[in-house]
Formats: sequence, C-alpha cells, structure tokens
Amino acid sequence: MESRVRTETQIAIIGAGPAGLAAADLLAEAGCEVTLLDEQPAAGGQIYRGIASANAERLRVLGTDYAAGRKLLGVLDRPGVTFIGGATVWEVTRERRISYSVGGTARSLAARRVIACTGATERPMPFPGWTLPGVMTVGAGQILLKTSGLLPPAPLVLAGSGPLLYLLAAQYLAAGQAISAIVETTPGGNWRNALRHLPGALIGNRYLRKGLMLLARIRRAGVAHYRGATGLRAEGTSRVEALTFTVRGRTRRLPCATLLIHTGVMPNLQITRSLNLVHDWDALQQCWRPQLDDWGGTGIDGIHVAGDGGGIAGAEAAVHSGRLAAIGCLAALELIGPEDRERRTAAERRALRAQNRARPFLDALYTPAPEFLDPPDETIVCRCEEVTAGKIREFVDLGCLGPNQAKSFGRPGMGPCQGRYCGITVSAIIAARRRVSIDEVGYYRIRPPLKPITLGELAAMDVLDESDGDDPDA
Amino acid sequence: MPDAIIIGGGLHGLSAALHLARAGLKPLVLEKDYPGRHASGVNAGGVRRLGRDFAEIPLSVEAMRLWHGIADIVGDDCGFIRCGQVKVAETEAELQILRDRAAQVAVLGFDHEEIIGREELLRIVPAISERCVGAMICRADGAANPFRTVMAFRRRAVELGADIRSGSPVAHIERRAGGWSVEAGGARFQASVLVNAAGAWGSQIAGLLGEAPPLRIDAPMLMITEPVAPFLTPVLGAEGRKLSFKQFENGTVLIGGGHRGKAEPGLNLADTRLGGLRQSAATVVALFPQLRATRIVRAWAGIEGVTPDGIPVLGPSVASEGAYHSFGYSYHGFQLGPVTGRIIADLILHGVTDLPIAPFRIDRFSEFHRTGAWREPA
Amino acid sequence: MPKDSGFRRLDEAGAATVALEFEGSVLMARSGDTVAAAMLAAGHFSGRNTPVSGAPRGPFCMMGTCFDCLVEIDGEPNIQACMIAVVEGTKVRRMKGARPLPANPLPNGEPSED
Repeated sequence: MESRVRTETQIAIIGAGPAGLAAADLLAEAGCEVTLLDEQPAAGGQIYRGIASANAERLRVLGTDYAAGRKLLGVLDRPGVTFIGGATVWEVTRERRISYSVGGTARSLAARRVIACTGATERPMPFPGWTLPGVMTVGAGQILLKTSGLLPPAPLVLAGSGPLLYLLAAQYLAAGQAISAIVETTPGGNWRNALRHLPGALIGNRYLRKGLMLLARIRRAGVAHYRGATGLRAEGTSRVEALTFTVRGRTRRLPCATLLIHTGVMPNLQITRSLNLVHDWDALQQCWRPQLDDWGGTGIDGIHVAGDGGGIAGAEAAVHSGRLAAIGCLAALELIGPEDRERRTAAERRALRAQNRARPFLDALYTPAPEFLDPPDETIVCRCEEVTAGKIREFVDLGCLGPNQAKSFGRPGMGPCQGRYCGITVSAIIAARRRVSIDEVGYYRIRPPLKPITLGELAAMDVLDESDGDDPDA
Repeated sequence: MPDAIIIGGGLHGLSAALHLARAGLKPLVLEKDYPGRHASGVNAGGVRRLGRDFAEIPLSVEAMRLWHGIADIVGDDCGFIRCGQVKVAETEAELQILRDRAAQVAVLGFDHEEIIGREELLRIVPAISERCVGAMICRADGAANPFRTVMAFRRRAVELGADIRSGSPVAHIERRAGGWSVEAGGARFQASVLVNAAGAWGSQIAGLLGEAPPLRIDAPMLMITEPVAPFLTPVLGAEGRKLSFKQFENGTVLIGGGHRGKAEPGLNLADTRLGGLRQSAATVVALFPQLRATRIVRAWAGIEGVTPDGIPVLGPSVASEGAYHSFGYSYHGFQLGPVTGRIIADLILHGVTDLPIAPFRIDRFSEFHRTGAWREPA
Repeated sequence: MPKDSGFRRLDEAGAATVALEFEGSVLMARSGDTVAAAMLAAGHFSGRNTPVSGAPRGPFCMMGTCFDCLVEIDGEPNIQACMIAVVEGTKVRRMKGARPLPANPLPNGEPSED
C-alpha cells in the first residue's frame, strides 16, 4: 500500500509475477529501494494470480506448483519495497521515465534502473468463429478458477496444443468438472522434430514426468482426446454452440457451451518494441524475443528484461531470470563487486540451465499448427477492427509489403489491443503471401500509449521534464 | 532512358510523375522506402485553403478545384469529403484576428474564407464548447485519405507510363553533358531533367546540387481515439491553439495540430513526446469537455521538413539547369499535392507556369541567414 | 434475453455476496469477482456489440489485453469488465456500438482547462 505518490525510485520493476517478485526480493535484501508495479490489484502475475486469497479447496484443485508461488509474495513485506497495484504502465522511455495510470489518474515515475517483467500473453489462435462469446482462452479459464473459483458450463471443449491445455484439464478434473473432449491440434509430425531434443529433456525429466502424469490423469478420466485436428471452426450465432474439426479425414462436430482454446504463449513485447530494441525470430517457439545479455540487459543504459517477457521459459526459470537482472543492477550500481557478481551469476545460470533442459523438446513438440499462422480467408484476424485473413491477402496483392503498411490499407492493429492478438498472424500472412520470411516482413511499430488512456487523464498529467513550448531540444 | 528522374515517391513526387506522364513523358521515380511511407501517407488528411500563407493561396485555390474533380484525374475519389474546415475563436480578440484576415484575403481577390458567429458555429458543430464566440469557415474545404491518395496517384502515374522504384535511396548525383546521372539502390540512371521531391530529405538532396536551403526536420504528432458516436462533421482548428481535429466515418477522432515529437530522419524514426501529447490532449478537453473520458488508442509521429518561413521550396534550381525542387511543405503540403505536380510539369515542358511561384524560390533565405528566426509552422 | 447456465462455483462456503445490476436486473456476485467473472457466472457471455459490425463479443482473455469485455460501468462506457472488482450496487450495461458523447455542457459545469 502506498502512503504517498512517489515520482522517483531507485529501481522500478514492471510486473509482479515470479520474475519481478524474485528480482525485487534480491534487490531489497541488498538494501535497494524498489517500486514494483502491476496492472492487477494483487501481486503474483498471471501464473500465481489470486494466490494471496486462495482457500484450501482452490489450492487443492490448482495443484502444488501453483501453491508454491505463495512464498514469493514475502518480498512485499520487505522494507524498501513499494507495491503499486492496479497500475497500468503505458510508456517506458529510454531515459527510464515510466508513465502509468492508477484509477484513472496518469502519473510519472523516474527510475535509475528499470526491469521489465511483463510476462507472456496467449498466442493468438485464429479460426473461423473464434470471436464468438463463449470462446475464451485456456488462460482465461484458469484465471476464472484462480480468482473466483468458477467452472465453465458444460458441454466444455478444450482445443489447441501445449502443456497448459493439459494442466487446465487436470485441474478441472480435480474439481469434478466434466470435459467433453480435448481437441488437440499438435501436428502429428512434431514428434519427429522433437525427438532430437529428447535426451536433454530426459536429463531434466521432472517436466516430462509432470506432463506424463497430467496425460495419464486425463486418460483415466476417459476424456475424449482427438489428435492432429485441423480445420477448426466454431459455430453459433450469439454465442458458441459447437466446434467442428477434421481428424484423420473425418469431420466431427462437438456441441459446446464453452470452448477454451490455447496454442502456446508468447512474450509480451510491447515495452521492448516501443524502445526500438532488436528482436530475433525464434523458429522453435515461432515468436519474436528481444536481444538481451546475460543479465537481461537491453543495451539501453539501465533497462533490463526478465522472465517470460524476454523469452518463454516458464515460471521457475523466471525466478532465476529475475535474479540475474537484479544481480546485473547491483553490479551496475556498484553495490557488489565483479567477483560477487560472477559468483552469484554462475549460480543462477546453473539453475536456469537445469530449468531449461526440457524446453527445446517441449518447444519442438508443441510448435503451433501452421493453420493458425495462415488461417482461412474468412477468419477474423484482427479482432478489434474485424479484418479478415482474406483482406490481408488482398492488401498484399495490392502492393502492401508489411504490417505497418497494412494499417494504412485497412486498419489491422489499430484497435485497443494494439496488435497483441493479431500482430504475429498479420505478419505471418503477409510473409506467406509474399513468399518471404516473417523476419523480413517484420512487426507493427509499437508506440506509447501501450494501453489506451483517456484524454482527460493525459491532459491532467504532471509530466516530468515537460519542456516549455514545443521545441524538442529546449 | 527516362525523360525525368524524380527523387521522392511521396505525394509531390508522384504528382509530378503523373503530370509528366500525362504529357507523354516517361518519368522515373526513385523512392528510398515505399510511396507514402512518410509525411504523405501518415498526415491528418486535411484538404484546406483555410488559413494558408498568402503566397500559397493561388496554388491552394487551384488545387482545391482539382480536388473537387480528383476522381477524373486519378480514377479514385481518394476518400475526399467536402465536410468543411472550421477555425474557432474562443475570444472576441481571436475572432477579430480572423475577421481581419478574411478581409485581407478578400482584398487579394479570394472569397473562400467566411466568418460566422456563435449561433451558426453551434449549428455546424453542436458539440463545441459554448465558450467559442465564432469561427472562420471554408465550407467547400474538407479532408481525404492520405494513403489512399498516394496509392491513387501512384497507380495512375504507372498506368500512364511512369516507372516507380521503391527501396532506392539516392547515393550520388552527377551532372553529365546535357543531363544527370543518378546512382540509387545499386543502379545508375540518366535523364536530362531532375526533380527533387524528397520531403524531409529535400535539403539533403539539394545539397548534392550545391544549394541546400535551411530545413528543420520535425516530427509532428497525431493521436487517434476509440470510436465515438458521430458528433463532428467539419475538420476543426482553433485560432488560439495548436489543433487539427477530425472525426472519421468509423467514429474514431484524429487529433493533430503540430505538437512536435523527436525526429531521427537518418533512422526513419520519429518518436512521440509526452509533453506535446499532453498539451494536445489539454487542448481537446478545453474545447470539447465531453471527450474527457474518451480513450486515446494510438499516438504516432511523422517526419516532416519545415522551412524558416513555413512555405515550400517550389521551382527551378538556381545552381543548375534542368533541375527542379518541390519540398519543404511545412506540415501542410497534402492539399497542394495535385497542383505542385502540374507546376513542375509546366516548368519542365514550357519553362514557365501560370501560377505565382516566385515566393517559393530556393534562394530566398538571406533573411533567415541573418536572423536565424523560424516561423511557427501551422 | 435468454438465460443460459453460466459458470458455476467450486463449492466454497463463506464467500460474501455482492449485488450488482446488469441491464437493469439484479445479478448476484461474490466478493473478489471481477465484473466479467460475475457476468459469466450469471450466464451473460456477451457484454457488447462491436462498433465495426455490431457482432456480439464478450470476455476472451480475462487479463486485460484483448479489450473484448468492454461494458458500461456506472455510466462510464468502454470499461474492461475483467479489470474491475465488483462493488455493491455497481451498474453494468452492455455497450452497443461506439461510445456515446455525453451532453454539452457537462451537468456539473466543470471549468475548462487551459
């Protein structure tokens, strides 16, 4: 709880998930003054959302990995740590000035160092009908379970690919929820690609065991499990009523009142893109990630990235990643010497390597099905502006070369989500149509405000370093 | 071999290409990125005669005539709507400034600027703050879609025989016997005529000819809101504030006015600046308090070249034969696009143009070199 | 409007109830719910019709990134229902298209800014 509004802080951490909490903990222990900002009212990020208020029944259903997150919250009681909940960060400048809004008031925070721990968002999984009410992400299902103990109305179908799909299914089964079917879109061929990474995964076999246990539980419960599904289509008029898909040449239709979808997560890159950092395309994970050094350093003085926001590696890896960024800060602030930095860095990197052993295998196994990066013409790709895949292809045929030009042709990416649910798809469609790599096509230019803000709150804002008149150099 | 090499594939370069192609010549346009990448494609789309520098008025009036028949010229209406342009006065003193100006313009022989009182203003813009006492209006002015306009000019120019190369930044210009040799995008081109329509990079190109005029590179900013139920028909400005305000058919509201961000032209980067955006937002809320809770969804900045006196460089080169300039439109070149190309074509084909272009000479800046004073761009 | 069965609760005793108003009717929620969760629990899967095509939309991501859960809350249009905690008496209405412009001038005669 904040007692006064601060405009300056030593270290600002954006995002109070595992990376942000771990970074704050290490920094506070070293005597630093830390401001931790999160859009949600409570800390925990999305993975540990609702953890502070979870009762015994929810903890049982959600499982031990979730419950283990509780201990990370201890940092909030440390002296020197200020947590600002309900804070939507909408600008981070190269000079480390952060603009954020709480309760409709926009504020400025100047920081000596910034660690962006923005985590991940669901990868867009566009198919015809995915915008119908009742179609939600698996992440949304988990959040409803974590924060309100809510279970979806039956018939329930889960569709997509990736460990989170199995995790939610297992959690629902533990809660006594009936699941009509799991419609898995993992391409059958992924196994071959994944096999070469299997040895590494077997060494770090804890993840594999966990995954196999989830699958076993799902099988024991007798949940129908379709594999290699393609041609997904949600039907319904005012809300979803059924999912149709094709498996082994046969088309099936499953009635459903709720359809939860998931095909992996991607780093939330709005801040790093707005800073014009270089991003590399990760072919295994099929998404971009920013170029970072060993401490999450971005090349911009004083700005680090940690956790899934720098590359998907999971919650436990995020803790070590957060600590590495914190160690980098301590060294830069000369609060620890080079030997201390090396020692602590080596320990975290060892732990991180162990965490990441199974990752290449999982990434290869769950590489998203190509149809979601090149959906049928009638699929709405930009949900906000209702631009279809076919329209994007038309733009390319009219000479559109990339996603920023596409904005001029027909507005994809110009809605309030600012490309979070369409950017990667639009880039992929253009790349496929032009027959070039997605890296050559690039991504939307992202500029502040990173979340929409009202004219009134912007007008009333106390802007730090606001120059008189309009000369940028004054 | 092309008849003319045009450097810059923005609206002015494409307009020159179109008019030359119409006359049967073969122009080659060398564009360093893609047509409409910069100011031409991302501006506010205002099509106005209202409030122009007196030197620009004859050109602007002729351009407006062309806009009213733009579909005949480029085969596309470019999204042009004759919604009117209004400049409000919040005080009697501001209204008097507008009255005086309209009178001066009338003395020059033009009647497009009309003064209206509070009642008529509230009839045309019911949502405006009741503080406003009146306004200047040009009822036949309006707005168009900048990117669509650029694409239409490009398409038509190509149909008539123009060659347009994207991704072709000019690296070298050399005067050869009777003509020009230009190295761009790894290839070499020759023509007897050269046109510099390079926008914010226009002074850089003019420098290769030994006549770089002063040109400041600005990053004017724009913001756009979430959709709002229709409340505004004309494009709106204000005498006492930096504002250009327009509601699209989809309900979103575009907010401009010339607050400046940070430009890095060498990197094709233009960043917004929070202080300027705040001023812009404050201006909107003062004139339209009901928009206080409306959300801004995006903000961006373009790259624009500004001259010390705020009017373009348009006309023949002073340093060389066979070269012409069309750049430095200082935030308000869009409406002039259709006519600047005609003027350049006139000069190339006939050596003269009927429109008065003496005020736009490239060598007019001795006063600036003495005082260093920049006029505030509008 | 037809009432489908909504999300149901894990059997949890002791959670305080909160009464909201949705489209003029009472809707019972639990303390700690977001408005979106409360709507889904009551079987309301759609909170708006889009300004682009009028298509019905509702909560999708539940984490404040998709902007599909926009509703009118206590007279304020286009609020993300998944980001607002329920409070006794919260009035929720669906968004039908673009946000309306409130009347000019504002009823409490707010001074203009400079």
